[in-house]
Amino acid sequence: MRHTIAVLVKDYPGILAKVASLFTRRGFNIESLAVGHTEKTGISRMTIVVEGDERVLEQITKQLNKLIDVIKVRDLQFQNSVERELALIKVNTNSLPIRSEIIQMVDIFRAKIIDVNNQIMTIETTGTEDKVNALIELLRPFGLKEVVRTGKIALSRGSRDISTSKKQDE
Amino acid sequence: MKLSGAKIVIECLKKEGVKIIFGYPGGAIMPVYDVLYSEPSIRHILTRHEQGAAHAADGYARATGRVGVCIATSGPGATNLVTGLANAYLDSVPLVAFTGQVPTHLIGTDAFQEVYSSGITSSITKNNYVVRKVEDLADIIKQAFYIAKTGRPGPVLVDLPKDIQLAQTNFEYPKKVNVIGYNPTYNGHIKQIKVAAQNIAEAKRPIILAGGGVIISDASSELRDLALKTNIPVTTTLMGLGSFPETHPLSLGMLGMHGTPYANYAISVADLIIALGARFDDRITGKLADFGSQAKVIHIDIDPAEIGKNVSADIPIVGDLKKVLKRLNEVVDKKENMEWLETIEDWKRKYPLKYDNNEELKPQFVIEKVYEITKGKAVIVTDVGQHQMWAAQYYQYTTPRTFISSAGLGTMGYGLPAAIGAKIGCPEKKVVCISGDGSFQMNLQELATAIGHNLNIIVIIINNSYLGMVRQWQELFFDKRYAATNLVGNPDFVKLVEAYGGTAIRVSKKQELYPALTEALSLNKFVLIDCLVPGEENVFPMVPPGSSVSEMLGVD
Repeated sequence: MRHTIAVLVKDYPGILAKVASLFTRRGFNIESLAVGHTEKTGISRMTIVVEGDERVLEQITKQLNKLIDVIKVRDLQFQNSVERELALIKVNTNSLPIRSEIIQMVDIFRAKIIDVNNQIMTIETTGTEDKVNALIELLRPFGLKEVVRTGKIALSRGSRDISTSKKQDE
Repeated sequence: MKLSGAKIVIECLKKEGVKIIFGYPGGAIMPVYDVLYSEPSIRHILTRHEQGAAHAADGYARATGRVGVCIATSGPGATNLVTGLANAYLDSVPLVAFTGQVPTHLIGTDAFQEVYSSGITSSITKNNYVVRKVEDLADIIKQAFYIAKTGRPGPVLVDLPKDIQLAQTNFEYPKKVNVIGYNPTYNGHIKQIKVAAQNIAEAKRPIILAGGGVIISDASSELRDLALKTNIPVTTTLMGLGSFPETHPLSLGMLGMHGTPYANYAISVADLIIALGARFDDRITGKLADFGSQAKVIHIDIDPAEIGKNVSADIPIVGDLKKVLKRLNEVVDKKENMEWLETIEDWKRKYPLKYDNNEELKPQFVIEKVYEITKGKAVIVTDVGQHQMWAAQYYQYTTPRTFISSAGLGTMGYGLPAAIGAKIGCPEKKVVCISGDGSFQMNLQELATAIGHNLNIIVIIINNSYLGMVRQWQELFFDKRYAATNLVGNPDFVKLVEAYGGTAIRVSKKQELYPALTEALSLNKFVLIDCLVPGEENVFPMVPPGSSVSEMLGVD
């Protein structure tokens, strides 16, 4: 099963490598990883998407908790969290009819065109992973030139937050 | 007043009550050594290899319960510490290691004697630090000691760039330490403790599995209270030897791959396993699917990550063993377990540990004699291999911190330097290092340290001219194809010790052993006894890898 794991860490050189190595040691492939600052200075938040055996993953989250520079770890349940990903998609656009078709698609998906010239169009889209996937697939036939995705970020729904919830397994 | 970083390191050590450090100097750590040179209150023990320094600090920590400190230079100094750090990490030994580092402006340039010590050691230390500002130094050292010794202990590395050692700042040792996100749980959940007590009351065939955590937590007397109140038999892991007196009728000795038959039988049919500070290593469980298949498991450990890792726990309790056992002893009811104890007595009678004690000098016989002559009061330090298992089987440990051995990592070469650390930590105790001819040669340069400091250690080499444990596996599982296990070219250990200025005795006959041991004990100095034992003696019982623990070779 796929999991979205949120990790609060001290913003410290080396912490990313430490966190990542716990996954790689057990043979987990990190599907996506997004890191950025939080509301508190000196504390960053990682959102890690992985797929793998439940028991091993539980073990990994416990090991994550053991890292001194890790402050909180939560496995965010899909139904209890909001999640978004941002993608930039560069599409080939050699003829006018293609362009208008792409523009329609962009409208349907409430995406944005952020760069354009005679050969290409760059589209920005935000949404759940499924939505981003769907748009990419629709654009694929036109010829994708380059795609970049931020990886998923997520927050739990409602008034709960990662810091007020208990550290796992204590 | 402003102090240099190097001076601050030493001042911090003094504030932490450090009296002994083990180390080896080099270019990038010279400022710290320069301060040490005129520091009367800290004794520096110069080993002959950084690995020796790390193991000595480890042996010191295990023998005393205090934090061990070692120090090395950058690059090769740091990489030589690596095995020692891994060893301490796997056996939860509190250690603080300082390494020199190239000046900050050279870090990352492949400068002379530069390695990324923090990166290399990150998976084998509890935490590590690169000090990038001299102003942070005191805080970091305070944290390093705090983290090393609290919760589940472990090694912490502090990397000291040379310019930081020379830079000056105001020194004030922080009074408090607060590490966000690091709050070990000490008090077990009282509800869970009551559930545990309830399960103990209901169990027909309960067994206590005591691990190294009992010793670390200083919970031996609480363990004893629990066992005696409830009449539950106690088996220990290799790390747990000494946590419960093996001379007591409730003791089953060690379990696992080379455990006693009765311990392995008992755990196989038990209906309740009370695991205390143990982590269900594969050497303990054998085939995991069959391990304790009839049992409920109460697992008490300070490290939540150990619970449910290998064996799933029915009643998990996270906490400090001493505190949890105190509470448990208050709420648990007395019980007898007569029938169960009779079954176990029967096994003990039918399947004792045994060996063919013929006229040859058998390794098991050597260990038995060491036990006899030291009256079980010595601190036994071992290396890794067959001799280690015999030392675990044929010496009866009764007190904590009297069996010191590399368990988790299985580091050959641990014994001699660890014995040095143990002896320096406990000068009043008799320290006996039991080693093999293979293991001993992995750190024999520390003879200079031991003899140079006139340390009264007895080293016993169980010399079979083989890499014995590997040879045993080759005999049993690889058609006796002794690939690279015949240690041709071994030195004459007696002459070797004499070259270092020490005393050594060779024993090749049974009747020579007792006089040699008596002499060694009377000399009050470093003595090595080279015991020439038969080459192809095996350690039995043995649970073949992949088998369940009740299926032992060498039991009939």
